Amino acid sequence: MDELIFIFASASVINNFTLTYFLGLCPFFGVTGRLDTAFRLGLANIFVMLITALASWVLNSFVLPYAPYLRLITFIIVIASTVQFVEMVIKKASPALFRALGIFLPLITTNCAILGLALFSTNRGYDLLEGLVYALGAGLGLTLALVIMAGLREETELAGVPKLVRGVAMSFFIAGILSMAFMGFAGLFHGS
Amino acid sequence: MAAEPQRAKALDELVKGLWRENPVFIAVLGLCPALAVTNSLTNGLVMGLATTFVLVGSSLLVSLLRKVIPRPVRISVYIIIIATFVTTVDFVLAALMPVAHKQLGAFISLIVVNCLILGRQEAFSSRNSVGLALADALGMSGGFTLALALIGAVREVLGNGSLLGYPLFGEGFEPWVIMILPPGGFLTVGVLLVLFAWGKARLERRWTS
Repeated sequence: MDELIFIFASASVINNFTLTYFLGLCPFFGVTGRLDTAFRLGLANIFVMLITALASWVLNSFVLPYAPYLRLITFIIVIASTVQFVEMVIKKASPALFRALGIFLPLITTNCAILGLALFSTNRGYDLLEGLVYALGAGLGLTLALVIMAGLREETELAGVPKLVRGVAMSFFIAGILSMAFMGFAGLFHGS
Repeated sequence: MAAEPQRAKALDELVKGLWRENPVFIAVLGLCPALAVTNSLTNGLVMGLATTFVLVGSSLLVSLLRKVIPRPVRISVYIIIIATFVTTVDFVLAALMPVAHKQLGAFISLIVVNCLILGRQEAFSSRNSVGLALADALGMSGGFTLALALIGAVREVLGNGSLLGYPLFGEGFEPWVIMILPPGGFLTVGVLLVLFAWGKARLERRWTS
């Protein structure tokens, strides 16, 4: 149990995917203009990450021992088809949610956080349960980063920032400071 | 003569990636590797060269096959082509440069989802001749490698007091460790983006006056 809690805390805050591994930066800078879209995108990411964790465990245990060089290709195909599948299911089951997610759903395929999750969890040899906890932690961490970033950007929208710094450069400075703040979580498990 | 403008166009495609449409500083693409592995000049260069190989290889192949690939499934075909080249570069690096390969770790595999590479296939190679696609890929990956090397050099000098592993300053130098940690990556790229925007604005003002 301790092991699982550690994996969860490590994936969500200590080694936050966006702020310390730089994964999933495209949506981090691209869609964090508004708080509600950022939150919904985070939720969609958690969902795809959980399915990817399951699929990558199945592939890694049953297929890849016979053909290790196919790792990358099979992972990316599985992710692409999972996203496609999730898109179809959501469209059928809940058209309202489908409309709310819009273009962000298909774009999850090219989010490096998803492939990164599959690679990291198989590199570390996590079993199925550990993999799922890792995916949940990473997804929540990603959502947290997206939501904090969106909130900060909404606030700085009206601030008197020089014209040259406005936009992406400003987002980078905010991200740098956030990343420094998240370094503080590294002390979380020192005492135990 | 048709050859002259053709050559001028190819040269233009080659040069635009280096400055005018620099993938990192102007288009802000391919950020994950640009930040994650650039804590030293060596790592930035290795990552840049690996990306160059993948981009040039897949641009050539996509451009050659552009009339054969059916439009509805083109993205999947591009991804499979890119993944093949990335697997190749992954194994080659593991064999030739085991130390660098270990340091870059999963980020070599993550070249697959570098939006720069897929973007060039969709925007350029799939609708241009092999020669132009080659020029475009070389220019773009050249600009990408330069950007990564620049970020890596700044972070290594400030955060470690060395360049390419050789110490630059005397014993008394206290390294600014934060620069080789993740926050330093964000801050370095932020400052470089501001500098690029400033340089561009200055040049434009000189052109118009």
